[in-house]
Amino acid sequence: MAENRLVSNSAMVLIGGSTGSIDVLLNLLPALRPPLTFALVIVLHRKSATDTSLADLFALKTSLPLQEVEDKDAILPGHIYLAPADYHLLIEHDGTFSLDDSEKVNYSRPSIDVTFESAADVYGSALTGILLSGANADGSAGLQAIKRAGGLTIVQHPDTAQVAYMPQQAILNTKPDYVLDVEGMVSVLR
Amino acid sequence: MIEEEEVTLLLNDLLEVYGYDFTQYARASIKRRINRLWTLDKFPSFAELRYRVRTDADYLKRFVEELTVNVTEMFRDPSFYRALRKEVLPALTAKPFIRVWHAGCSTGEEVFSMAILLKEANLLHKSLLYATDLNPEVLEVARKGIYALAPMRQYSENYVLSGGTADFSGYYTAQYDYVKFNEELTRKMVFSTHNLVSDRSFNEFDLILCRNVLIYFDKTLQDRVLTLFDESLGLLSFLGLGSKETLRFSGIRQKYKQVGSEKIWRKID
Repeated sequence: MAENRLVSNSAMVLIGGSTGSIDVLLNLLPALRPPLTFALVIVLHRKSATDTSLADLFALKTSLPLQEVEDKDAILPGHIYLAPADYHLLIEHDGTFSLDDSEKVNYSRPSIDVTFESAADVYGSALTGILLSGANADGSAGLQAIKRAGGLTIVQHPDTAQVAYMPQQAILNTKPDYVLDVEGMVSVLR
Repeated sequence: MIEEEEVTLLLNDLLEVYGYDFTQYARASIKRRINRLWTLDKFPSFAELRYRVRTDADYLKRFVEELTVNVTEMFRDPSFYRALRKEVLPALTAKPFIRVWHAGCSTGEEVFSMAILLKEANLLHKSLLYATDLNPEVLEVARKGIYALAPMRQYSENYVLSGGTADFSGYYTAQYDYVKFNEELTRKMVFSTHNLVSDRSFNEFDLILCRNVLIYFDKTLQDRVLTLFDESLGLLSFLGLGSKETLRFSGIRQKYKQVGSEKIWRKID
């Protein structure tokens, strides 16, 4: 069963998205039941570097501990982490995050590809990557990296996405394990 | 994609052959930088990349430059600069002489931002800005004070958000696609190579700015560098870090008190 595969195998679940993905998360987060057995990491393209309100907005939707990542923060199961604006978010082998303010990738910083590839490197098959709505091809290469490493890949069904381009690109480039609407994602994550 | 052991081999080469120590850099980031160079410079194999690095001193220059991240901008995080204007500079006004150290200044955009703040607080005449970096190439850019025109609009917006009220374009002269910042600012700057991994403290400062440099180091190296800063700061001096960096994991944190909500600390012990 999909649920068993996720819960038993993933130490980390990554969610990447761009335009139209905030609404998805506002529906998804309240449906998660504590305790989570994995660390949930959210990487979104954001407009402004000074926009800290997104973490506050998400925090209202969950009883799980949620924080915007600072350099060298420890990665703990049951916690939700949000990539800060204007930095790439990387995963270290010692179970901490590190940040990187190098060039944008796919016109984006944070780039979904960067975090997904870095996590695939560390977690291998114990990783799930979910890609949501967006108008950019970021995330496709990252999902491929997760798949190559033996992890689970999930893409939001393009028909249910506000902007279908990002999930469409991912479906074209990777054969994701699941293509799901929000309810489908909720049941898999539970 | 480079393997973990290959990263170790390459970093050991850099240390043994050239004395550049990247072994305590944050691993995930340095690995990504090496992969990026491998792709950009189209090496067919790791062995070829390694051979080139070991034997070609010209290529090594490029390699080290690209390994380190030199992305910077003027008045990045305007609220940080607003706090410098409001909380830090007033506390330095009474000093006969103000020494500022920009550690890891890259191409110098933040040094010019600081010089503008000091000028507007009427403190520039008695200030000296020491700007250091590992790469001589980026220091050369900083020393010239010549930058691309394109991002100036963004910088000007940042400047206004930081509390700047003058005409930002008055600080430079534009020619074609470039601008040159006024010599009134550069005259107060001293540029020098300094390696935070291996070099020591070289002066005592009233303010040290080291923003988005520590994120590239592992915790052990971060602690070493923060201790170096601590040794270079007098009592009641200030330390400013990047917006996602922290003193939390360091042994020096008890001696410092955070100023407001920005990443600025004051040495109180």
